[in-house]
This record gives sequence, C-alpha cells and structure tokens, in this order.
Amino acid sequence: MIFPMDACGRDARAPKRGAPGARASRPLTPPMRRVLSAVLIVLAFASPALAVNPSEMLKDPAQEHRARELGKDLRCLVCQNQSIDDSDADLAKDLRVIVRERISAGDSDDQVKTFVVDRYGDYVLLKPPFKGTTLVLWVGPFVLFAAGLWVVFGFYRRRATGSQPPPAPLSAEEQRRLDKLLKEKSP
Amino acid sequence: MRRALFLLPVAIFGIMALLFVKGLTMDPKTIPSVLIDRPVPEMALAALPGRGETSGLATNDLKGRVSLVNIYGSWCIACVQEHPYLLEYKKTGLVAIHGIDWRDDPALGAAWLKKHGDPYERVGVDPAPGRAAVDFGVTGAPESFIVDKAGIIRYKHIGPISPEVWTKTLLPIIRELDKK
Repeated sequence: MIFPMDACGRDARAPKRGAPGARASRPLTPPMRRVLSAVLIVLAFASPALAVNPSEMLKDPAQEHRARELGKDLRCLVCQNQSIDDSDADLAKDLRVIVRERISAGDSDDQVKTFVVDRYGDYVLLKPPFKGTTLVLWVGPFVLFAAGLWVVFGFYRRRATGSQPPPAPLSAEEQRRLDKLLKEKSP
Repeated sequence: MRRALFLLPVAIFGIMALLFVKGLTMDPKTIPSVLIDRPVPEMALAALPGRGETSGLATNDLKGRVSLVNIYGSWCIACVQEHPYLLEYKKTGLVAIHGIDWRDDPALGAAWLKKHGDPYERVGVDPAPGRAAVDFGVTGAPESFIVDKAGIIRYKHIGPISPEVWTKTLLPIIRELDKK
C-alpha cells in the first residue's frame, strides 16, 4: 500500500561531538589544522535537528513546553514508532499544530490527550493506558517474573532439604529376607 | 505431573510463535477506527473551485442517504489507483460518493478531478492542518468511510478501494445499510 505521506527516512540525531584526537607525535600542518578547527567549530554549534518548525511554536514558553511534552507521548500515525514531536510527516505536523491550538484554547494536558484519543484511539498514545484490554500487557511481565521466581526457589529448596523423603521402615517379611541374606556366607 | 511442568516452556514457545506468525500477516497501517458507530464529526468544508452549487461538504450533507466519504488529494499517488473504480461505482447509484480534498491547494484538487474524472456528488476542501481529517481520525490518503442514512459512521477502509474490497466488503455493508 502506498502512502505518499510517508516521510520517515530522517535521522534527526546530530553527529557525535568530538573530533579524532590529534596525535602529539606528528604535528598538524597548518591547512590540516584549519580544516580541523572548521570541523570543530561546526560540531560545537551542532544541535539535534528538530521536527518542530519554529513557525508552529507557541509564543508562551510554558505552553510551548507543555506542547512539546505532549507531543512526545503521541504517536505519529504515519511513522508509527516516532512521536509527533520527532516526526517530519505532514500528519504529525498537523497534529502538532492542533495540539497547540487546543493548548491555546485553554485545554489541560489530559483534555488534549482525550481530544486526540477520541479520534485516533489508544493506539496514538506511545504509553498505553492501564485498563481491562491492556491488563496482560502491563501485568503479564510481573506475573511471568513471579512464576520464574517460584520455579527457581522451588528448585533450590528441594536441593537443600535433600531430594529423597526418608525411606519407609521395613516390613516383617522384608526384615526376614534381609536377615537371611546377611547370614549367608559370601562365596 | 512433574514431567508435564517441563513441557510448559515448550507450550509457551508454541503459543508465542503462533501469535508472532499471526502478527506477520497483519498490516500495521490498518489501525481500527474508534469512530465506528459514532456520528460524523461537525464540519462545514469550503467549496472546491469550479463545482458550483454541488460543492462544499457539511455534516448535514451526509444524512438521508448511505454515503461513502472518500479522502483524496492531488498529491496522493494511491488515489489515482482507486479513482477509476470510484467512477464506476458512481454509475451504480447505490451510494452517494463524497470527496474531501485533504491538505491540498483547492485549485490543484479541482484540476486533478478534471484530469482523472469526478465521481463525487459533493467535495469539501480541508486545507492543512486538516482539521476535518483529524476529526475523522484519518491516518493517510486514500481512506473511505461508509456513513449510514442517519449520519453515523459505520465502516472505515484504509488504502485504495479495489474491486475485491468493493464486492467483498464495502458493497455488502452499503446494501445492508440501505435496507434500514
């Protein structure tokens, strides 16, 4: 299926800081030093490229901060493992704008989330809510962990107390056979 | 009994493998819509240039008849693929097909319909940030919604409509809703 809105092939990470260390044994030639300092200067100013466009931002820094935090929790439905805060897809941009509109209109964070969930479902939340249908998701790992602990403890306790229960006392018939065997002379 | 306990990991592996195999055959793009059985969102979309009175799309336009609301855009490649089928289904007269020109320059949206044909009864323009599309929970184009006579959304199809989708899925739903 072709979705022309796909615009996910983007790596927003800035290059890692720090240039290859200059070795003291071989001094750098002036042109190399110039190139190196140019690279260092560029790297010094590098910051992660943001999907959020300056024109989308709210004037009030506190509101903008709320919008950014909300955007990190909302899934971009085009690039499904990115948040709308990270994604460059058009739909993510639309949702960022709409989230900001809601905030400007005076919605609380929960109201904004409810607004988006009402339209796109729980799937749009990168952190799924805790409720009946997601019970296995949230509780499952702990149940499995507890079951694992139970098995491990059971195993060690059995080893510590000895694996065999004390044998039952001999019956009269068995005692007689034993006595007989003990009386026999070895060949 | 004790022996059966050793089979437990094997059983768990089997169940998980089955779930994973099922997961491989599912399309992560088709997210179930939460709007099914809910009324069409409030909207009053602007007219597409050159369509005169039968342009613009409002919530009330979707009442009285079973309708198919199709999200398209002149930028949408997959829309070209389904468009000939929409023209064909328009001729059947079974359903009122309406269009929403999503995130588009209205002039381009109109030109696109001139080029590829116009299956729509009414067309509304939903420019960026696509408020109507977001109200519909649209995740991409094309997407189509079947709306019943009372204006309640009954089905959502994600991706282009193919003859197979039409005959196997959409048409039975439309026929059923038309009886009511």
